[in-house]
Amino acid sequence: MPRITVTVDGIRYEEEVEPRLLLVHLLRDRLGKTGTPVGCDTGNCGACTVMLDGRSAKSCSVLAVQADECDVVTIEGLGRDGELHPMQEAFRTEHALQCGYCTPGMVMAAIDLLRDDPDPSEEAIRQGLEGNLCRCTGYCNIVRAVRRGAQEMSGEEVRTS
Amino acid sequence: MIPAAFDYIRPASLDEACHVLDDAGEEAKVLAGGQSLLPLLRLRLAYPAALVDLGRLPGLRRVEDRGDHVFIGALTTHDEVLRSPVVRGHVPLVALAAATVADPAVRHRGTFGGSLAHADPAGDLPAVALALDCVFVARSAGGEREIPAAEFFVDYLEPALRPGEVLLGVRVPKLGEGWGFHYEKFHRTAQAWAVVGVAAAVRTVGGSIEEARIGLTNMGPTPVRARAVEAALRGVTPARPNGNGAAGGSRDPLRDACGEAAEGTAPPVDLHARPDYRRHLARVLTYRAVRAAGA
Repeated sequence: MPRITVTVDGIRYEEEVEPRLLLVHLLRDRLGKTGTPVGCDTGNCGACTVMLDGRSAKSCSVLAVQADECDVVTIEGLGRDGELHPMQEAFRTEHALQCGYCTPGMVMAAIDLLRDDPDPSEEAIRQGLEGNLCRCTGYCNIVRAVRRGAQEMSGEEVRTS
Repeated sequence: MIPAAFDYIRPASLDEACHVLDDAGEEAKVLAGGQSLLPLLRLRLAYPAALVDLGRLPGLRRVEDRGDHVFIGALTTHDEVLRSPVVRGHVPLVALAAATVADPAVRHRGTFGGSLAHADPAGDLPAVALALDCVFVARSAGGEREIPAAEFFVDYLEPALRPGEVLLGVRVPKLGEGWGFHYEKFHRTAQAWAVVGVAAAVRTVGGSIEEARIGLTNMGPTPVRARAVEAALRGVTPARPNGNGAAGGSRDPLRDACGEAAEGTAPPVDLHARPDYRRHLARVLTYRAVRAAGA
């Protein structure tokens, strides 16, 4: 079985993995990172989005072996010292979640969006989150949360690990 | 679902990759970004005995300005393609289409060569490769081979690559002065596959269309070069838009010419559209694409 080395939320892991193991299952079932949910199983919903070497990726569409020697940041790696990341805080403040299933992916996609566009318009946010589906809250509060998160983070380096 | 078991091979060099693929034959699939392949494996629509991961091969992830054409390495991601100043400056149609592929997370992983070699007629880039007369460069243990785009898309999900051949990249010819470009994609939701898409390159002189190249997405088992509408568009002087943005007068010769857009196509039927609706879309979207390309 292939042996991989992967850094997840700042901790280095060495794992023997079956080639068919998906990154999302490595995170959840082997490393206990259940903050990253499995959503649609078809690559559409974006709930399982993580940062892979600094850019957003759908962890259901990446093999664990493909993440060998890579740096992964999940929703669980965003907070610091018990404090939520500003984007997480903004989602809470703006009531940008109801069931919460899409939220980890939404937050990761939103942070990725800010790397290119630190002050995105509503239109840019809607475009930037096109790969992430919400089936209950609706998108209005999510868009507001991303605007707020962007303002809170303005001037700060976008931190993902 | 969890994919069926497979062997995983990560060759360290191109030579090794060619040999591994040669030995494995039809049983192996090439893995690049995996954004088309992994969903197929998860849904168990494909059962390869082995995946040969070329994702880390050096030298295939680059864009080069080579004078009369731009070379795009097969492992260049969609995100890198659409941001590349060389692509945007010299072959903008490629950047316009790449920007519509799936969503940002998929574009970070999915590769230019991978999505072309996947040869999905619903993919956005194949129609562009046809419209621009791109040349595919492939390598096997026996050496390099060039494949014109017109011969590359053999059938549904079937490229002209042989077992043991690796796609190195694609030469995209620069078309020079006077050309305008547009990729018009009709899809149900933001990240969905095109129901129909139209890639248009148009050269106008003095308000008349001198030359048009039209590639169609999802209008048959392969992407389609729409030669009939290209011929019909030649010499057409589109009606000038009136104040409302619509064409003035009772007839727009451009709209008449675009009536040929579905000629010779064999569009598929699926949950989202029947063939007659796709033919209708091809005509309407070709009109929009040609207009947006500057005619």
